[in-house]
Amino acid sequence: MTTALRIVRAGPGATLQDAGRFGFLRFGVTPAGPMDWAAFRLANRLAGNPEGAAAIEVSIGGLEVEAEGAPLTLAFAGAPYAVQRNGAALPPAGRVVLRPGDRLSVRPGEIGMWFYVAINGHIDVAPTMGSLSTHLRSGLGGLEGRQLAAGDRLAIADAVALDDAAADASWLVPSPEPLRVVMGPQDDYFTLAGIATFLGRAFTITTQMDRMAYRLDGPEVEHAKGFNIVSDGITLGAIQIPGEKRPFVLMADRQPTGGYPKIATIIRADVRRFAQMRPGASVRFAKVTVAEGATELRRLVELIAETAREARPLVRSELSSEFLLGLNLIGGVEDAARPLV
Amino acid sequence: MSRQIEPRYLPAGECAVVVEYGTTVDPHLSELVLALDAAVLAAAIAGVAETVPTYRSLMVHFDPLVIAPDALVARLGSLASGLATTSRDLRRWTLPVCYAEPYSLDIAFVAKALSLTEERVVALHQGATYRVYMLGFAPGFTYLGGLPAELTISRMTSPRARVEENKLMIAGGQAIVTTVAMPAAWYVLAETAERLFSPRRDPVFLAAPGDEMRFEAVAPHEFESIRERVARGETVARCESVS
Repeated sequence: MTTALRIVRAGPGATLQDAGRFGFLRFGVTPAGPMDWAAFRLANRLAGNPEGAAAIEVSIGGLEVEAEGAPLTLAFAGAPYAVQRNGAALPPAGRVVLRPGDRLSVRPGEIGMWFYVAINGHIDVAPTMGSLSTHLRSGLGGLEGRQLAAGDRLAIADAVALDDAAADASWLVPSPEPLRVVMGPQDDYFTLAGIATFLGRAFTITTQMDRMAYRLDGPEVEHAKGFNIVSDGITLGAIQIPGEKRPFVLMADRQPTGGYPKIATIIRADVRRFAQMRPGASVRFAKVTVAEGATELRRLVELIAETAREARPLVRSELSSEFLLGLNLIGGVEDAARPLV
Repeated sequence: MSRQIEPRYLPAGECAVVVEYGTTVDPHLSELVLALDAAVLAAAIAGVAETVPTYRSLMVHFDPLVIAPDALVARLGSLASGLATTSRDLRRWTLPVCYAEPYSLDIAFVAKALSLTEERVVALHQGATYRVYMLGFAPGFTYLGGLPAELTISRMTSPRARVEENKLMIAGGQAIVTTVAMPAAWYVLAETAERLFSPRRDPVFLAAPGDEMRFEAVAPHEFESIRERVARGETVARCESVS
């Protein structure tokens, strides 16, 4: 029997993603890739894979998978979701070996949007234009450009069984601090009042949110010279203000170019935190410099590496709630209404 | 490249910078963007991941942990000030197209709206040499400049729910070639038998920004036989070098 990971159950939004489809932005190709790049990288590191290897992105629909043919090492990290092996609770970030017939399940918690399951070895699926990242809108990547579904089998090559481990990744839990932004590239398309509204007031994430963009509601951000520009480039976390004058934040499945003025860009260290917010969440923006953005990125990249390095053996087959509380993660799941500080 | 323009360097977060030559659609700005793009690619700057040329700006995606943002801007500045002023070699694509129905959907409407004969609409659209300004919106979706002014027409008041791939559309003084099915408020004048985007072909894309493009009308029966050749994997568009 081939070594494979069988999808037992996949809720809406479960897709294959690697670091992204790069090299084709100039041809209008959406990069795709993970919504929470930090959790994705951590899952891959815990799995012993290269940071950008293809993994399964799980959304609020959840996931259940089963090992076939040979033991597989699965690592996981992301939103504070409930993870179980054969019904026994696991920490929210870590790795475990699944023997053939063993199952891993991921059920969404009260907060967070995206969760990652990485498999040691590599997923033996032919890449499209150099990448396994799934872009549903254009039908590229993953399995025939679609979401994962029950019955799918992902053949796994070069699988090695590693030791079970738990990682203390409490920093993955979404926090309510303001999202740091670098102003521009088109902040000069807004009035001073518009800039003051953008930086001074709170906005709410609407239900119009998916892998392409999150639409926010809130006060109007006033343009100074209209809302049409001749198309230029769009990066991850770019905040467009279209004609309706509310922020529209471009995410992993963004188009590489677009024609609305972009008032600011969320820094990479915070865009993953923003991605994990659900409809109804309140967000504020705080201005930082490009250099500060780069410093925060370095800090997070080092934190990911350190978290993976310091993963410790998972000795208990079933974890008590005291243990999970000790990891400082489950509190957010039980009491989502209370600010997590 | 007679006029030299000092670009603006606009931050797009800490992992991308926009080098902006202007804010309008203008072949001269586009030439500057493409010249800088070529210079950046040739320089193979460590930390620069990818560049995206648009009508009037170049977006440079980079890793600030490999090259500091201010160091990159300084490097781009020196490349921009030293751009070669020699004219580049152009590629010119010629695509077989059919203006008859059902390949065209709107030629009669466009002719009537612009008080032209259908033959005149075809002659104008087919007679022009277009410039590929940008690929965007969807994979390979091609924005063309150079549409004759007589073919300027406003967009439809409500978009058509689905326009198929490989359609030649016009609106707002611009021309477009579609590469995937999509809703559109543009008028469909013709269809090409060629695929500008084909994910399993090498190359995946034919045209690139800065290329020229022309259309060559063929009769419906010939169009169908050309389309069969495309289906078998043949590339039917002609590509010539023009200097």
